[in-house]
Amino acid sequence: MKVDIAARPAAGGTILDITGDIDLAHSPAVRKALLQEIKEKKTPKVYLNLEKVRYIDSSGIASLVEGLKASRDLGSRLVLYGLSKSVREVMELSRLQKIFEIHENEAQATAS
Amino acid sequence: MLLKLELQSNPEALCLVRATVERAAEVLDFPEGDVRAIVRSVDEALANVMRHAYGGRTGRPIEMRCQKWSGKGIEDKQSGIEIVLRDEGAAVDPAKMKGRPLSEIRPGGLGLHFIRQSMDVVEFSRKNGKNQLRMVKYLAPTPRPAGSEGE
Repeated sequence: MKVDIAARPAAGGTILDITGDIDLAHSPAVRKALLQEIKEKKTPKVYLNLEKVRYIDSSGIASLVEGLKASRDLGSRLVLYGLSKSVREVMELSRLQKIFEIHENEAQATAS
Repeated sequence: MLLKLELQSNPEALCLVRATVERAAEVLDFPEGDVRAIVRSVDEALANVMRHAYGGRTGRPIEMRCQKWSGKGIEDKQSGIEIVLRDEGAAVDPAKMKGRPLSEIRPGGLGLHFIRQSMDVVEFSRKNGKNQLRMVKYLAPTPRPAGSEGE
């Protein structure tokens, strides 16, 4: 399954809507889009909408960690929302659920 | 034998393997959370083969066997699923297959940690010039209905 990434404006930043599985085949595309938004466009708040992500593997988590580090370096924010049970489980296995800023849905994320 | 797959080291194949393994685990009556754990382990193990044993080269052979398992596990008579992966890539040193400490927040090194946390048995070996990874997940015994003891 191919991953689709679409960007749209949101409160003080940009929402990246991700659709598909973030696995070894597709995490490079997510990493590229994320780092482009954070490092090149210097977007102050990047929201990652994971509502339509059914699966994420360790390479996908590594891409998110890279994005988080880049945003911290630049003083911007990376906000995740809409995590499925499977994605949430992987976050917990990585013990990263408290490292990332995670919200239930878009309304909560953009109000944060 | 429940399933035997001969695939190539192509990351695009991972979604197909995940769907197949998910169905196999469901057929063996694993609960939803265990199905996800089994799928995650196979996916991470295959990704490790592709990235490390084959150094990112595509088109190299990987064999996966998946079968119903029974034997001595946590209990004397345990059943579950056994998955064996074999590849012809660079030899892997089992002593180095530890994963990184989770206290370090950095990209990479999580795949093996996911496998060890998700499966009950994880064994690396090298046989006949091939790397072999054997993983077993035990099926939790179905609780007996109340009053059925001694039947």
